[in-house]
Amino acid sequence: MRLEPRETVSPWMVIFAPVMAIVVALVITSGLILWTGESIIEAYLALLKGAFGSRFALTETLTRATPLLLTGLAAAVAFRARFWNIGAEGQLYCGALAATYFGTGLITLPPFMMIPFLFMVGALAGGLALLLPVYLKSKLKVDEVVTTLLLNFVILLFVNYLLEGPWRDPMSMGWPQAAPIIDEGVLPRIMEKSRLHLGLIVGVISAVAVWFVMRFTIWGYEIRAVGNNPSAATFAGISINKTVLRVALISGGLAGFAGVTEVAGLKGYLTLDLSPGFGYAGIAVAMLANLHPLGVIMSALFLAGIYVGADSMSRAVNIPNYIADVLVAISVLAVLVSIMLTQFRIRFR
Amino acid sequence: MTALKIKGVTKTFGSLIANDNISLTLQQGEVLALLGENGAGKTTLMNILFGHYVADQGDIEVFGNQLPPGATDAAIQAGVGMVHQHFTLADNLSVLENIILGTEPLTSWRSDTARARVKLNALAEEFGLAIEPDKLVGDISVGERQRVEIMKVLYRDAKILILDEPTAVLTPQEVDRLFDTLRSMVSRGLSIIFISHKLHEILNISDRVCVLRRGQMVGEIATRDADRDKLALMMVGHEVTRPLVEHLPPGPPVIELDNIVLAGSRGHKPLLDGVSLKIRECEIIGLAGVAGNGQSSLAELLSGLKTPSSGQLRLAGDVVKQYSPRGFIHAGVGRIPEDRHVHGVIGDMMVWENLISENLREKPLWNFSSLINFTACRAFASRLIEQFDVRCKTMEMPSKQLSGGNMQKLILARTLQNNPRFILANQPVRGLDEGAIAAVHERLLAAKRRGAGILLISEDLDELFALADRIVVIYHGHVSQPIAVSDITAQDIGIMMAGDLAHGEKFLQAGVS
Amino acid sequence: MLLDLLEIFLTAGFWAATIRIACPLILGTIGELICERAGVLNLGIEGIMTAGAMSGWMWVYLGGDLWTGLMFAAIIGATFGLLHSIFTVHLGLSQHVTGIGITMLASALSFFIFRMMLPESTTPPKITAFQPVNIPGLSDMPFLGEAIFSHTPMTYMIFAIVPLVIYVLYKTPVGLALRMAGENPMALEAQGMNVLSIRTGAVMVGSAFMAVGGAYLTMSAFDAFFFGMINGRGWICVALVIFASWRPGKALLGALLFAGLDAMQVRAQQFAGNFIPYQFFLMTPYVLSIAAMVVMARQARYPKALLSPFRKGERT
Repeated sequence: MRLEPRETVSPWMVIFAPVMAIVVALVITSGLILWTGESIIEAYLALLKGAFGSRFALTETLTRATPLLLTGLAAAVAFRARFWNIGAEGQLYCGALAATYFGTGLITLPPFMMIPFLFMVGALAGGLALLLPVYLKSKLKVDEVVTTLLLNFVILLFVNYLLEGPWRDPMSMGWPQAAPIIDEGVLPRIMEKSRLHLGLIVGVISAVAVWFVMRFTIWGYEIRAVGNNPSAATFAGISINKTVLRVALISGGLAGFAGVTEVAGLKGYLTLDLSPGFGYAGIAVAMLANLHPLGVIMSALFLAGIYVGADSMSRAVNIPNYIADVLVAISVLAVLVSIMLTQFRIRFR
Repeated sequence: MTALKIKGVTKTFGSLIANDNISLTLQQGEVLALLGENGAGKTTLMNILFGHYVADQGDIEVFGNQLPPGATDAAIQAGVGMVHQHFTLADNLSVLENIILGTEPLTSWRSDTARARVKLNALAEEFGLAIEPDKLVGDISVGERQRVEIMKVLYRDAKILILDEPTAVLTPQEVDRLFDTLRSMVSRGLSIIFISHKLHEILNISDRVCVLRRGQMVGEIATRDADRDKLALMMVGHEVTRPLVEHLPPGPPVIELDNIVLAGSRGHKPLLDGVSLKIRECEIIGLAGVAGNGQSSLAELLSGLKTPSSGQLRLAGDVVKQYSPRGFIHAGVGRIPEDRHVHGVIGDMMVWENLISENLREKPLWNFSSLINFTACRAFASRLIEQFDVRCKTMEMPSKQLSGGNMQKLILARTLQNNPRFILANQPVRGLDEGAIAAVHERLLAAKRRGAGILLISEDLDELFALADRIVVIYHGHVSQPIAVSDITAQDIGIMMAGDLAHGEKFLQAGVS
Repeated sequence: MLLDLLEIFLTAGFWAATIRIACPLILGTIGELICERAGVLNLGIEGIMTAGAMSGWMWVYLGGDLWTGLMFAAIIGATFGLLHSIFTVHLGLSQHVTGIGITMLASALSFFIFRMMLPESTTPPKITAFQPVNIPGLSDMPFLGEAIFSHTPMTYMIFAIVPLVIYVLYKTPVGLALRMAGENPMALEAQGMNVLSIRTGAVMVGSAFMAVGGAYLTMSAFDAFFFGMINGRGWICVALVIFASWRPGKALLGALLFAGLDAMQVRAQQFAGNFIPYQFFLMTPYVLSIAAMVVMARQARYPKALLSPFRKGERT
């Protein structure tokens, strides 16, 4: 078996490939459903209904898509520059920490200033969480994959310490949770009788903004150049270290945004289960979108649909909701292959 | 007796026909030269023979037995051995380990190194190939590495030896030594295929010459009936017009290196050890040397990628304080990198995007201090594409799809449009065909006429003698005095390349430089 | 305080715990090292360890015996290794991204299957894990008996595996081929060997080691499987490979050193827990891993062809 590069890649294939990949993933996952003894069609229908079948389901899916959109963008921006930031989970919590620190009474501003302020400090905190990995990568060539991964655990333990110690809300009756965000800082609901909040709009605007930066600015040019061929980029006078630092701050900032939307938008206060792995799922979101910022919107919606749908499916039929994680993982791998197949054809001789 | 028979081999890469129905035979005890320009398909053909590639059509017979396609192990079993142009050695492993790799069954529980040493010593004795089995490959010289590569092939009892451009990394004296070894092999009944584009070497070593051009076999001739002009005509297909080199009176220095030292990594010798060099307006200085003697370090330094540990660099009289690619570009340095694919272009980005990469932050290519002005960029790019004859379907195509020659023209366009005062041309024609070579050389000579000073780094002495006004030789990070090309021969340069830099001093004219 | 710390070293329990903590790390690190020496980064390790922990345990829970359970875990690990190598070695996809994908898949499948087999359990059911063996004479020695000679057979097996791996890697033809695959795959190809099969084999064997390392947790150190069991141990192994500069001997030492500090941390909590919150003690393994990479970063001699896919017949 040999791979042969294709000379031309039709744009039609670029759109079609991920869709095919997801179909393949659904087929493979049906094998597991078969094993549970449930009907495949019923199960997928339950999933679809749970994700998009009602107004409630739809708003829940959109609510879940909000942090995924932001962590997905965080991964997409970083991976585009081949900066392997696997630490969005930790950076999300850093954003949430900052929002909690400033948003629980330390500063009070009118809402139109308070909310942007919280996003700003959240992004700053998320970005700062990447400073150490960036420094170690630039100065000592320490692999950022491992450092960002390990920092997730450190940050989570630190949050745990704060919530069980100095930051525990005395009104929480012993639960490890922080004081609520003051009313001025809470993100307004954008739809009645739902949990959907301003965060979604922030996410979509961020996606468009990231797309704009990547496509139309010198920064975007430099990020793409560094990601594609760092040696040639350096040779042409683009500073790798500066570009990576910039990318890291943007990426960490977007993950920090996600922390703010969850604390100030959804939950209202910081808890230890603020993120059920949104940071890691963001990597899947970015991969499914082939790192395209606008594609991230679609893939975040898709992933959120799977997660929300699987929860309701597991209540309707007897299938553990871990099926969602399986489906997502297979989709990621399938999309990887499908994107490769748009660039290579397989020859069997 | 026929050792090898290649019958009707065709191989395509996408739309490129690398080999078009090629047939040839090799007799036992014969040296067959495979002559052709870069990109003519010589290496592809040999890679098919050795099983690296699978041919679309055609058969290969070795001593009457057909070889299965795409199986290097079968080729080795049949007695075919190949010395690759890019050595297939691992720096971090010992010479012995590199040689015995693949000679023992993988299921064996022990490597029998004692037996291997005995066999190696016997072979070394027989062919006069001295090697040190316990040294790390990373610690030995290029010439020694090639001996290890040849030893690898002999160790596997090869009867047919393929040598792909074996002389590219050797001094003229080392080439003579290699040829002695090859002759002793032939006298013991081995057959050799010798790939080269250097005519005098082919005339020297081969019995018969097969000429490839653009993937086709265009001729075959016994070496005794051939001469330089005949072979050159067969190879290129038309008369070669050498660009006219005029010697112009040099102006003031554009770049001066004063005792530059570039420290090596810990525990290693300095990469550049007290280099002093002056290049003036309207002159081309050629840098000769065996690969790995500091050319890359010097090129990196002059590209702004490395900062010297000590010493001074002056560009047009101003001392350089900040070493950075951008700083050098602004100071009027034009840089043509050694490897187009690694340093030259960003493959996935479009042709026009690559053309603007050195002028990114200049009006009118950007607006509002951060936005790319697409209209201005495209106009800029299309002007360069036309001016430098970069052939591409559209400027929106990824630059990795350009041919080697057009990629090099893209780099030249980007570099020369800034009218640099000093040009660093590092292997500017490596891997190009005759037409592209002429175009690149013509551009460099035009830049010289305009007043630029040029440092031309090349492993091809012919190129240096054709283009340069003066030649310097680099050896172990030391650089010799510049010598006018009219005053010295390639043989003397070879002696200097082998380490005797002082040898050049007697060719210095009194009062020059 | 300082005396308290010193006292820790004098307890046999500390040394026994160090060995216990080290075992899964040793196997994980050796497994990752085998993959990387062949030129393939395997970030699937975290998920593969989870899969090994679950599958080995489940085998025994469903009535299999312990040693075949280990075999089963190894086969599961090798299967994920095969998957990783199809993607990275044969198709040449990004090793970073594929590894993360494999971790996602292996963890998700493990959790899914565990939930399917044991839908109701809130308290995790238990198996009879490997028991410490009593070595006549040795186990009765004061101090050393408790510290070194009262471990489970699986523990001893792991310590026997390391010299075996060193021997194979440096003294056999297959070890040479594996190292060459990570240094210059073209050299293998030029000597008539198949780069893809050697890399695939290395990744499968390495992944099998990782899975057995995970199984140590459910079959020797503890006797139950629970979610979040691996808890970053796989990532720590990736850091330890760098710390060990890709040498198996140093990997063993690194894992032991690391486990020793971890064991100390647990004990230090007992006397320092009053003024330092326990979370900071729990952070130490992760912080230490980062520190270990920083310390060794300058001297690391990484395999030259790590991360670069090999495609036969591709024009260079």
